[in-house]
Amino acid sequence: MSEAVAEKNYLNDPKGWKSWVFTLDHKRIGILYLASITAAFFLGGVFAVLIRLELLNPGQDLMGPDTYNQIFTLHGAVMIFLFIIPSIPAALGNFFLPLLIGAKDVAFPRLNLASYYIYVFGSMFAVYSIFTGAVDTGWTFYTPYSTETQTSVIPMTLGAFILGFSSIFTGLNFIVTIHKMRIPGMTWYKLPLFVWALYATAIIQVVATPVLGITLLLLIFERVFSVGIFNPDMGGDPVLFQHFFWFYSHPAVYIMILPGMGIISELIATFSHKKIFGYKAIAFSSLGIAFISFLVWGHHMFVSGQSELAAMIFSFLTFLVGIPSGIKVFNWITTLYKGQIHFDTPMLYALSFLFLFTIGGLTGIFLGALATDVHLHDTYFVVAHFHYVMMGGTVMAFLGGLHYWWPKMFGKMYNHFWSVIAMILVFVGFNVTFFSQFILGSQGMPRRYYNYLDQFQPLHAFSTIGSWILGAGFIIMAIYLIHSLFKGRKASDNPWGGLTFEWATGSPPPHHNFKVTPKMTHGPYDYDKVLVEQTDY
Amino acid sequence: MKAKASDHSAHILPLRIYLGVGFALFILTGITVMISFVDLGGWNVTVALAVASIKAALVVLFFMHLLYDNKIYLTIFLTAIGFLAILIIFTMFDTMERGRLYPEKAKPIKPGAAIYEREDSLSSRSVDTTKTDH
Ligand SMILES: [Cu+2]
Repeated sequence: MSEAVAEKNYLNDPKGWKSWVFTLDHKRIGILYLASITAAFFLGGVFAVLIRLELLNPGQDLMGPDTYNQIFTLHGAVMIFLFIIPSIPAALGNFFLPLLIGAKDVAFPRLNLASYYIYVFGSMFAVYSIFTGAVDTGWTFYTPYSTETQTSVIPMTLGAFILGFSSIFTGLNFIVTIHKMRIPGMTWYKLPLFVWALYATAIIQVVATPVLGITLLLLIFERVFSVGIFNPDMGGDPVLFQHFFWFYSHPAVYIMILPGMGIISELIATFSHKKIFGYKAIAFSSLGIAFISFLVWGHHMFVSGQSELAAMIFSFLTFLVGIPSGIKVFNWITTLYKGQIHFDTPMLYALSFLFLFTIGGLTGIFLGALATDVHLHDTYFVVAHFHYVMMGGTVMAFLGGLHYWWPKMFGKMYNHFWSVIAMILVFVGFNVTFFSQFILGSQGMPRRYYNYLDQFQPLHAFSTIGSWILGAGFIIMAIYLIHSLFKGRKASDNPWGGLTFEWATGSPPPHHNFKVTPKMTHGPYDYDKVLVEQTDY
Repeated sequence: MKAKASDHSAHILPLRIYLGVGFALFILTGITVMISFVDLGGWNVTVALAVASIKAALVVLFFMHLLYDNKIYLTIFLTAIGFLAILIIFTMFDTMERGRLYPEKAKPIKPGAAIYEREDSLSSRSVDTTKTDH
């Protein structure tokens, strides 16, 4: 009998498929996004495994050069545009931003749903391009090749163009939500740091994404109407394309990493049971990173024929990114110091983020240095660097956030033992896959080739084995997470002992988030003032 | 919420301000036309752009009421302009400064392309006649 009168929450109230398809509830939209980006991650992951499989041995074993070019392009485009950009903001951010600020929903629920369907629509274009001769330009669509290749550049760029609108809508929605929907008493300095990070992210989404849109549109124009904008053969300037492209795509790196950093701030504070160290420094370093991110795009073009003056300016400015990033890392480490650390799965991801992101960030400094970059440009060193930032940083933070908020989202706790096993496999697999690529790159192995000299074989094989370990970790994760939905033990309202508002409501939360509107009785990290216990071990 | 009501009433401006701004726009248009007959070298573009910016600012501030609205709109507008300026100026650090340290020796990929036309007309006008690529 008690089963029948199960508590009403956003998952079972209202009922019916229409209530999901036309939902305006930010939590449901977040779940829709979560399901979609997981599918995209799986697709991109399959491409990644195929790439590594081809590179297991020199020579052609699995696919020819043309197919290989298409597969690595698809891996990049799917992972960037379909997975990582919407991953944290649109899935976890959508779900938790209103909860964190004590609101009932985002400021524009309809715009929120629209952004989801625009995402689906754009993704369909991307998938369509796969079936009509998949792009082979690399995810950067560099001209002049992208104006000349016979592969389906237009559907893919159109897809990215449409996806951009989804991203802009999410950003716009979050900015207004953060300005207008906070509960009384929640001043800017009482915002959880994840909210600050989402705010900085939203600014970049709104300001930078239109430039990508217009660039891709110009590229389509050039292809369709042979207008010479980028292609020198028609009288254009190919480096101009790179300027336009990276004006968006460098800040886009911070669309990916900033929300991840926000999650890490939450995780470190909660699992250290200690007031976060340097709240304001962490908050403002998010804005600092967002601003500097607009001034450094030329570091992608050191060997593209950009002027020496521009290269020097961009190289210098690139080093500045190290300052706010360093501020964050040191503040997190100081928060850990003398904290009451609980090594639960989310925290393990947070700690691996600290380790991997630091490697990713510091190798970015190598690449920002002009002379070093000339040697390392277009080698596997670059591939390893951005995978340490994107996967070691953002994906680890995403997984940490997912495991942190999973009991809140679904009201079920996953199996701890298997979650730790999966975490270890992901961490080890990641390092095996990508640390070897730092060495490969410094030895001169160029990126984007399906073939290589025999001398690189051992490291390539090592890297491929790493991809299998990673894959095993993710498969285990999928199994225990899905298992938890059906057989998981019921999660308490506040399993980790967090102080932010999402823990003050039910797991899963009711339709309007809170039964009673929460009151601002303490700050988000006041572990020195409030006694809160971890109820789940 | 009182401030909101007064915000809206402030939208109504006396007619003479509109007429004055309109008159200023005509004057500035005249300046643009006149300056185009004077050869200032590279400064022609600068002056034309400066005049155009002043005109745009007048339209936005008075006709579109940005001056009287909540200042957040002005802030957002200026921020957007600022980022656009960054995009253009930093790109010009490249496009205007190429070949300074190491002169570009590469031949044009397609010599007849439109991008080289200006250079051609410049080099044909200059005294140096050794530069006859095609
Ligand atoms: Cu960059």
